[in-house]
Amino acid sequence: MHDQENFLTFRQFLTGDVDNLRFGVLDLLLVTVEVSVVALVLAMPIGLAIALFLTQYAPQRLARPFAYAVDLLAAVPSIIFGLWGIFVLAPAIEPFASWLNTNLGFIFLFSDGDIPISRGANLFTASIVLAVMILPIITAITRDVLAQTPRTQIEGALALGATRWEVITTVVFPFGRAGYISASMLGLGRALGETIALTIILAATPQVFGGSLFDGGATFASSIALAAQEFNNPVQAGAYIAAGLVLFVLTFAVNSLARLLVAKKEYYS
Amino acid sequence: MSAPATADSSAATAPAFAGISASRKIRNSLATVLVTAAFLLALVPLVWVLYTVFARGFTVILSPGWWSESLSGLLGRQQGGGAYHAIYGTLITSLICAVLSVPIGMMVAVYLVEYGGRTRLARTTTFMVDILTGVPSIVAALFVYALWIAILGFPRSALAVSFALVLLMVPVVVRSTEEMLKIVPDELREASYALGVPKWKTIMRVVIPTALSGILSGIMLALARVMGETAPVLVLVAYAPFINYNVFGGNMATLPLLMTVERNNPTDAGADRIWGSAVTLILIIALLGVLATVLSRMFAVKTR
Repeated sequence: MHDQENFLTFRQFLTGDVDNLRFGVLDLLLVTVEVSVVALVLAMPIGLAIALFLTQYAPQRLARPFAYAVDLLAAVPSIIFGLWGIFVLAPAIEPFASWLNTNLGFIFLFSDGDIPISRGANLFTASIVLAVMILPIITAITRDVLAQTPRTQIEGALALGATRWEVITTVVFPFGRAGYISASMLGLGRALGETIALTIILAATPQVFGGSLFDGGATFASSIALAAQEFNNPVQAGAYIAAGLVLFVLTFAVNSLARLLVAKKEYYS
Repeated sequence: MSAPATADSSAATAPAFAGISASRKIRNSLATVLVTAAFLLALVPLVWVLYTVFARGFTVILSPGWWSESLSGLLGRQQGGGAYHAIYGTLITSLICAVLSVPIGMMVAVYLVEYGGRTRLARTTTFMVDILTGVPSIVAALFVYALWIAILGFPRSALAVSFALVLLMVPVVVRSTEEMLKIVPDELREASYALGVPKWKTIMRVVIPTALSGILSGIMLALARVMGETAPVLVLVAYAPFINYNVFGGNMATLPLLMTVERNNPTDAGADRIWGSAVTLILIIALLGVLATVLSRMFAVKTR
């Protein structure tokens, strides 16, 4: 009754036949990491820019309501982001996705996927939605760190004739760099574990993951959520709990790294 | 021949420092534009999502019976019915979750701020709370499934959902309460000790009332967070289209579960129910946000 394949390197998750379990987490891992990293790459620069805007550019009086608006994004339940992503966002970005596929198809990220682009139920849509969902986390923490930049240092730089942008590159950003990186790691941790939005967006596909953003597939969390309703025997549930363990170890590692970076920063200041 | 002369005279009259060069000015303006654009870009999905949800679901929640009827006995394609059963499920699971996690979370925070200091236990607890903050909701759900259902043998129920939500809510409550307790000035504690008041009474009568407004609004926001969680509901309870008041067993609907189930319903009635539930969920969460503001005003320390 045990797994007939290698748990770490087999690429499919077949638990339907209890007497012949064949499951491995490699594909789940690849899809999870690719979708989260792409989301992170999209969200990191925007998150930093928003944090800079809120702390350095926005008028004092408006900074709080503006920050509140960004925080509101975090209050929207992820299931609503999922529904919006598949029903509204996916059709809207379809032309852009096709353009990327036609013109940049030679890069593996944009090569032909295993489901039609017009459906939009691929990693491309999923990572954009994920980026929106982790944006408020990255922004909130980075904002708090940047706001602690010593006033005297900023004024010193201004007195030396630095422009506002030079103040940011020479004083504010170096001060907040560690906080920004750890904020991004926390965002990554959140993205790795995001469940229902991805369950809704990603189409299941029987094919092995090819690395393209226009593939369908399943992450750890979404495959568990999809199977959850049919947890009727402990053997099958056990297979998914094992996948959950791998996910937990992954997020645990990412989050611990983020906390370590913050702790170091506090130690020096 | 005259060129060196003009250069000399300009050097004599020019100020001791050069003006900001064009390239620095351009770079500065460009950065301002980009940073502002990034902020505006972040508002696009927020407005777009809210617009979509309200445009598609607002008429549904105004229909008669949305707040007072369930979907009992209705076929997928039949219009009508309501989300009463799912609203009840969402509220009761969140309520049980709050009743369990608020005392635990607050006591942990009081320990960390008032008793723990920098002891080994306090540092370990802080680390554990940090890690718990980052646990994906599906992992929390699987944990409760493994412990409560697979090992202890209880049936799937709304109670199990509440347990999973507790795991997600406790760290948030600890964090926000801790922050609030930390900003209570030490002078207040010392004044109380100087009057001979014991430590526990100082905490109960001085520290917590001072921080109460912030603590309450933190709890409300944490509650709003767990209310929209879908993963635990998906794993730990099965959907029922009718009302079930029993939290200890039986199928029960919640708003997120209703949405995931109706997503498999391709008819107009299904779409109406999805977006109607979305509006309802957002309204409940917004209401909690407003309640948080009101409570924090009500319990704010009178400064005069």
